[in-house]
Amino acid sequence: MQAKALLKAGRGWALVFPLTLFLMIFYLAPIVLMVITSLSQAGETEGLSWSQYAEFFGDGFNLKVLWDTVWLGTQTTIVCLLLGYPLALLHSRTRPGNWRSILTFLIVLPLLTSAVVRTFAWIVILGRQGVINSALLSLSIIEEPLRLLSTHHGVIAALSQIQMPLMILPLIASMARLDPNLEAASASLGSPAWRTFWRITFPLTLPGIIAGSMLVFSASVSSFVTPSVIGGGRLMFMPMYIYQQAVSLFNYPFAATISTVLLITVLAVVTLLSSLGSLTRSYTRT
Amino acid sequence: MTQSSTVPLASASSSSAESSPPGRGHGLDIEGITHRFGDVTVLNQIHLQVNPGEFVALLGPSGCGKTTILRLVAGLLTPTVGQIRIDGQRVEHVPTHKRNVGIVFQNYALFPHMNVFDNVAYGLRAQGAKTTNVRSRVQDMLELVQLEVMGDRFPNELSGGQQQRIALARALAVEPRILLLDEPFSALDKNLRLDMQIEVKRLLTEQGITTMFVTHDQEEALSMADRIAVMSNGVVQQFDTPTTVYDRPSTLFVSQFVGTTNLISGTLIQHNRESCVVSLADGEQMQLAIDPDMPINSPVQLAIRPENLRLSTEPSPNALPVRVDICLPLGAATIYEVRTASGIPIKVTQPRGIGVKSLVPGQTVYLTLASAHACSIFHVSDTDPSV
Ligand SMILES: Nc1ncnc2c1ncn2[C@@H]1O[C@H](COP(=O)(O)OP(=O)(O)O)[C@@H](O)[C@H]1O
Ligand SMILES: [Mg+2]
Repeated sequence: MQAKALLKAGRGWALVFPLTLFLMIFYLAPIVLMVITSLSQAGETEGLSWSQYAEFFGDGFNLKVLWDTVWLGTQTTIVCLLLGYPLALLHSRTRPGNWRSILTFLIVLPLLTSAVVRTFAWIVILGRQGVINSALLSLSIIEEPLRLLSTHHGVIAALSQIQMPLMILPLIASMARLDPNLEAASASLGSPAWRTFWRITFPLTLPGIIAGSMLVFSASVSSFVTPSVIGGGRLMFMPMYIYQQAVSLFNYPFAATISTVLLITVLAVVTLLSSLGSLTRSYTRT
Repeated sequence: MTQSSTVPLASASSSSAESSPPGRGHGLDIEGITHRFGDVTVLNQIHLQVNPGEFVALLGPSGCGKTTILRLVAGLLTPTVGQIRIDGQRVEHVPTHKRNVGIVFQNYALFPHMNVFDNVAYGLRAQGAKTTNVRSRVQDMLELVQLEVMGDRFPNELSGGQQQRIALARALAVEPRILLLDEPFSALDKNLRLDMQIEVKRLLTEQGITTMFVTHDQEEALSMADRIAVMSNGVVQQFDTPTTVYDRPSTLFVSQFVGTTNLISGTLIQHNRESCVVSLADGEQMQLAIDPDMPINSPVQLAIRPENLRLSTEPSPNALPVRVDICLPLGAATIYEVRTASGIPIKVTQPRGIGVKSLVPGQTVYLTLASAHACSIFHVSDTDPSV
């Protein structure tokens, strides 16, 4: 009996072996290599040391880049949540049919076009002669064009739009699991709509909020194209910094150090969020 | 679908809701409700008048619109046409949270992220009750449903019966004017179901709360309700006491849906004020002490309950000779299936007891009505085509 179970488990392992091997070679090995590189010393000296990390954390500029990146990720996540939640709610309240299909299509549309294309579309919108500026100028709300490109807020706007599906899809999934009778029961017990939302809908969709936040945060802090193009080289975030160190300056140990710091930051945030999630998981499993 | 084909039979009619405690409950009037989802009419001209403290069952097959009625009363839907009154006041446009109508859903809909205590306290806190009052009221409610030790448990740690009792306690905690129960026992296994039926009936009678409960189980409706509204296809077919619904079904649908009945087709060949004669398919004739309000030669269906037929070994006038086909002794009663000369099958239930000789298959016996009133007659064109 036990032997049989073992055999069965063994067969399961055999099935995942190709994927395991693939991940080992192309995922785990590069990360190990990167961490080792980050511990090597500048110049050709042998041996490992923390010197690169000391350099990274010793310089205010580096810390500012790290902070700006984390702050960018946080703001993008918040914008996606605030704009995405009502949209996901609307989607889940729409009865299956044509309207719902159109809504689904609009929500996943950003995933179907390349990030580069979408980023350039944002240049058209945010530029000096862009859509926003010409509209505001022609309405005489402003006298000279606002600077929207190459600003932190411009990057947030573009990134939020691009990452939005990563927030909305988990939200929709968690709302689909929500029994509509719970909200009806809450109302019948005398709760007005806002109380029903905060006591029932919001806590029960928290797993979706957490999953969406994890995705948007990690995708934002590691995104390269949008911050570089919209930021126009004036703003520095971790991915751009890594690129500069590695490709322009050939400072591989320092690039590896920045990468490792970014990796650990993302892991820390994801761990924090998922520990929040495990608080709610017990009652949302179906 | 009107009662025009009803055969008026003399019988002591017990008026409804006389047993409920006076002055506690609230009256509910549903007046001419029609409800459509898009183009589909799911409720058509529903009239139901529920007396204060009354326990009313909505009985009908799945999809006939029972849940829709509850959702309309709770304010989760607004009727397309018609009025709903509680204590005489119109409530169709009062939002759910201000209506004070409690509802227990088929799946109980307990809040999964709150423990039992918080579930029961939910409505009280929405009303802004003080913490100490909430505590004592929740304790009272949990004692009422005999789950006072379960306050810390979460819904997924409770059995089906316990979940149901908590759902009931949660609804009752805010003293709703009307209580709605949607198929409250359908998710419970058979043994537990009977316990809960007795329990819930006792509890709600004690509370004197006006209750409307939905079921598709006719036995449940017959045993629990003060009055039953039998529904089919969005129409109330009959709204009366269980005994009246059972003994004097107003439509062919009701006679078939509630209890077991023999349906026999025939033609009305003569009638006068006291009696009529129906010719069965093969020319056999049955004389009945009822006066159907329909012309001679109308095609009719006779509905006769198995327990309202008698079998005798001795021929008598008006008795129909039949042959015993099958004999099933079931404890207190024996069920026979007999056939007329032309092969129409008829079920007959006879009390069984010591000294009563049971009939044997193949034997020829004589079938009579237990009472001259024990049969309903329906004009065939009056019947629901879906029956
Ligand atoms: N929200 C809705 N939209 C469209 N049709 C519905 C909706 N709710 C119920 N129905 C339809 O209305 C009819 C009655 O439903 P319901 O009241 O739930 O029946 P019951 O509770 O008697 O089984 C069914 O045919 C069902 O398909
Ligand atoms: Mg239903």
